[in-house]
Amino acid sequence: MAGAGQPNDGLRSLSLSGHVGFDTLPDQLVNKSIKQGFCFNILCIGETGSGKSTLINSLFNTSFDDSVSTHFHPNVRLKAQRYELHESNVRLKLTVVSTVGFGDQINKEDSYQPIVDYIDAQFEAYLQEELKIKRSIFNYHDTRIHVCLYIISPTGHSLKTLDLLTMKSLDSKVNIIPLIGKADSISKTELQQFKRKLITELVSNGIQIYQFPTDDEVVSQINTIMNGHLPFAVVGSTEVVKIGNKMVKARQYPWGIVQVENENHCDFVKLREMLICTNMEDLIEQTHTRHYELYRRCRLQEMGFRDIDPENKPVSLQEAYEAKRRKFYLELQRREEETRQKFVQRVKEKEAVLKEAEQRIQAKFEHLMLMHQEEKLKLEKKRKALEEEIALFNMKKANAELLQTQPMVSTPISLKREKDRKKYFLYNLHKGLTAGV
Amino acid sequence: MESAAVPQELPPDCGVHELFGYVGIEAVLEQMKVKTMKMGFEFNIMVVGQSGLGKSTMVNTLFKSKVSRKASQPGQEERIPKTVQLQSVTHVIEEKGVKMKLTVTDTPGFGDQINNENCWDPIIKYINEQYERYLREEILITRKRKIPDSRVHGCVYFIPPTGHWLRPLDLEFMRRLSKIVNVVPVIAKADTLTLEEREEFKQRIQRDLKAHAISVYPQEDFDEDPDDRLLNDRIREKIPFAVVGADQEHQVNGKRVLGRKTKWGIIEVENPAHCEFPMLRDLLIRSHLQDLKDITHNVHYESYRVRRLNESNRPAPSSNNGLPGRDEDGDESNL
Repeated sequence: MAGAGQPNDGLRSLSLSGHVGFDTLPDQLVNKSIKQGFCFNILCIGETGSGKSTLINSLFNTSFDDSVSTHFHPNVRLKAQRYELHESNVRLKLTVVSTVGFGDQINKEDSYQPIVDYIDAQFEAYLQEELKIKRSIFNYHDTRIHVCLYIISPTGHSLKTLDLLTMKSLDSKVNIIPLIGKADSISKTELQQFKRKLITELVSNGIQIYQFPTDDEVVSQINTIMNGHLPFAVVGSTEVVKIGNKMVKARQYPWGIVQVENENHCDFVKLREMLICTNMEDLIEQTHTRHYELYRRCRLQEMGFRDIDPENKPVSLQEAYEAKRRKFYLELQRREEETRQKFVQRVKEKEAVLKEAEQRIQAKFEHLMLMHQEEKLKLEKKRKALEEEIALFNMKKANAELLQTQPMVSTPISLKREKDRKKYFLYNLHKGLTAGV
Repeated sequence: MESAAVPQELPPDCGVHELFGYVGIEAVLEQMKVKTMKMGFEFNIMVVGQSGLGKSTMVNTLFKSKVSRKASQPGQEERIPKTVQLQSVTHVIEEKGVKMKLTVTDTPGFGDQINNENCWDPIIKYINEQYERYLREEILITRKRKIPDSRVHGCVYFIPPTGHWLRPLDLEFMRRLSKIVNVVPVIAKADTLTLEEREEFKQRIQRDLKAHAISVYPQEDFDEDPDDRLLNDRIREKIPFAVVGADQEHQVNGKRVLGRKTKWGIIEVENPAHCEFPMLRDLLIRSHLQDLKDITHNVHYESYRVRRLNESNRPAPSSNNGLPGRDEDGDESNL
């Protein structure tokens, strides 16, 4: 890590003639941090039953409550839990994120995607906060993942394809520390071989795992040694066994006791040393200055921001925002126009349908009217016919009555004839009436 | 059902857990110290006051070295500049392994003209320029690992020891500047005032500052917790510090001390009974240096940034009645 402010670049060095007192500066800074507390976020990836929860419990010497999970999850999920640990005057806000159901599915193609999405989501949240106009970034609770503990199954052979794929997709986003879980199932010689094989595989696949920093004299020696011990073979345990006159964390087998904190038995102590005591600060810094910056750069470029516009002049902040805003408003207007057009279209269509229906009804109505008219005419005719009949009958009736009221001088023969004529006339009338109805 | 891409809020806090044994978390403090010592610190201080009030001497006494060249060297003609000019000098000083890049900005010509209207403008412009520079670096896509910090962390304002009240120039200046930078007022050349006169002068100044709602460092609004408040209250009672500057050593009671030798005695700069220089030094360097930087970064710089980014946020006269939409990168989400 290049000494970020090489302070002597071209500046005069002054010698002090007395004690000024700014050597308390690191202490002032530390005091501030103590007040604020530290945030540390660990992501634990490993198959179900590989010992993730036990490892975390052992690392932090406490018991986080979790339940044993099943093997039947349909997809990989992430479970995040937040704890606050106190040790002397340091407050550590620890977040442990574990995978649930990793490696359990029959089809593992999408196994690593939820993990990548989660890490990106944390970066995104931080970026959004940073881009806000009114922001409160100094008391923002940092949820970005600082370290990823990847637990490899102790097969003794080589990395699984799933491991390769997952680590390849994560190595540019997070600091990966590969571990061999449940290492008490491998013998010492097998372990050395296994570790060598793993390292060669990682290197040949171009996977960048986290290297402990070796540029600071204080820790460079121990870090270099530790770098050679990667991946750490760890055993975790929350049970204590009495050995000699001490209670130690260990796993008891019929053939012996595996002590977690014994360096001859496993690398647990090395992991704890490296992770917490020596390099926690560096992990946090690498996450912020390397992984987060990379994410930010890609994301801003994706969003269309540029440092230098096509004319090769540095783009000013205002212009960038203005251009973006203008583009956005244009887009907004275009979409509004589009929606409006669609709406108008739909209205037109509906109107056409309704109009057609209206026309049909109109035609039907007219047809009915026509029929009604016809019926009316027919009835008119019939009525007229009937009226004529009635008139005729009345006339005949009048005639008959007239005949009856004439004086009776007519001869009997004519009387008979009269009677016959009347009979005949009445008969005809009757016939006519009954026929005319 | 938890979703794999994260919840917008953090998962519920599972409470404080007891540790069954030593874990080693406190080692992170040591790591932090080592890291900061390697990186070094930056501190930018500005001194403002009329010429002849002892600004350069004061800075030299504070940092126990020839940081500024005094304007009144014998054999050098003193020229009063026609306008306020700002001169910055940067040095690297080291003490017990801690490296500090110190920048002192001097303002010759301030308050020296006949018409001093707007003599604070070049100063305000300079301070804002530093904020602008930092802002530009911060919003680049490919940013530097460590953004060079040239923002003014503290502005020491020298009040002439009249013994009466604050002059209109003092009030105007402090009022404008306390909004954008941490202002630490001091009574210069305090050896012309007796202790009682000093006390009275201070009371009057404090009343004046309160009457004009000028909040000088340490500002009351930024006290974080009751301990801080207690500590800062004690400091606030003594503001402004009555200081005397000296860069020559004399012999007093067998010891070599920094002081001013006069016919009637030697004024020891570092003697709390003589002047309040030790308090100023403690405030600026030994206890509140980091706090000065933090307030500059978290408060003053942020409000500059808000102002600046809002400058281009004029609502566009569009068909959506000037309502700002939600921009993709969320920077309007707070409008």
